[in-house]
Amino acid sequence: MSITSLALSLVFVIIPLILTAYLKLGLTKDILIATVRSIIQLIAVGYILTFVFEGQNAIYIILMIMLMIGAASQNIVKKGKGIPYITWIIILALVVVEVFSMTTLVVCNIIPFTPQYVIPISGMIIGNTMVLSLLFLNKFKSEVNQNDEIIELILSFGGTPEDAIKHSLKSAIKTSMIPTIEAQKTMGLVQLPGMMSGLIIGGGDPLEAVMYQLLILFLILNTAAVASVLVGYLSYRHLFNARMQFIGIREDAK
Amino acid sequence: MSLIEFKNVSHNDILNHISGDFKQNKITALVGPSGAGKSTTLKHINGLVSADSGDIYFKGKNINDFDVVTLRRGIGMAFQSSPMIEGTVYDNLKLPRALFNESLSKEEAVTLLSDVDLNQSFLDHPVKKLSGGERSRVALARTLVNKPDVLLLDEITASLDYRLSREIERLIVKLQDRHNLTIVWVTHNLEQAKRVSDDIWFLSDGELIESGEVDILENPKTEALRAFLRSDDY
Repeated sequence: MSITSLALSLVFVIIPLILTAYLKLGLTKDILIATVRSIIQLIAVGYILTFVFEGQNAIYIILMIMLMIGAASQNIVKKGKGIPYITWIIILALVVVEVFSMTTLVVCNIIPFTPQYVIPISGMIIGNTMVLSLLFLNKFKSEVNQNDEIIELILSFGGTPEDAIKHSLKSAIKTSMIPTIEAQKTMGLVQLPGMMSGLIIGGGDPLEAVMYQLLILFLILNTAAVASVLVGYLSYRHLFNARMQFIGIREDAK
Repeated sequence: MSLIEFKNVSHNDILNHISGDFKQNKITALVGPSGAGKSTTLKHINGLVSADSGDIYFKGKNINDFDVVTLRRGIGMAFQSSPMIEGTVYDNLKLPRALFNESLSKEEAVTLLSDVDLNQSFLDHPVKKLSGGERSRVALARTLVNKPDVLLLDEITASLDYRLSREIERLIVKLQDRHNLTIVWVTHNLEQAKRVSDDIWFLSDGELIESGEVDILENPKTEALRAFLRSDDY
């Protein structure tokens, strides 16, 4: 694609701007900021990726992954405000999911350890973990706040914190996994998934594109389960103290 | 005879140097305006919260020296909204035992239901279909599963109408007599406190202002209690 063609594609931004102004939606500033930010961020990423791909150095790959984990965790932590140690829990969950997935893929010879494979697939794993963790934390916090009397009731019978919070935890884990499972059920029927579309547009063999897409689907399913279970089971303990007392979600917690 | 004793107990800004006792086999009502620290006082007794300073004694032993699970299994607590787990009445009655992989036979469950004047047909009733009064009764029956010495009641009739409140009051007095229970009852309803209790604790702004036998409500010694009795706060 040439720069001129890309410039012409800005027409797709002008139409929503006109509509927003006409309908007085008050989104003009947001659309402009989003457009400029996406252009700057993606061009920067393009240059960085070119540098990393040409370098073919494992250190660059690891640095890129660390950068992705840092950005994703910063985004998730905001949603987890009120849960003690949430920053470290999120970083740990992201690292575990990424290391486990990549080790399996590389050791089993499914993909080579080259930036062209590792970086885009890591982006999908980390991005997906971020979205699922956001979903999980949102539901978990609302469940805990709604069920505080049930939690204290179970503690009052001598139950453990795990007994007390089990219902809220399971409900939040299910909520964060269901969209992934539902999306898989209609995969290919409603829309062609992103990675597969990208490979086909890039001139790849559709069947090979399907195989890579399936790999990503299975990875994402694993991510959905592992990330929410990890974040959930590591978080809930900090809502109680050593005397099995419910502290709850404290908005002033770091 | 004193069963539970508070000695100079403080908790955050909620309780300030509370000292007093709850007598064995008696009903003590905790009364006072909203935010007085009544529910927090209750939660200290079964270790759902801990004092920042001061000590609480249960049967003469500091509650911090109890295993928290043993302490809680010996003290039943009923909450304002009678929270229930999903499922049937039987599922809820089994809960206090199920937490320890112990069973509760149907016969035991039926006996518990009859204790709270519900017949055995309620056993398989989904809790979602219970009325407010039935829910309170099931919650009370559930607190008796572990055969506690003490019952802590936190505003359990607050959401019930007058007739149902009176029924629950009579039921609790009957249970106290039948099971030799020591009851600490948080209520915002002074008439209820007069009807059911042997003793009164009057709390205000986290302080135990006045305590004694129920007739302190007729002959208050402090201006704070007199003012509270005059006010519409209850």
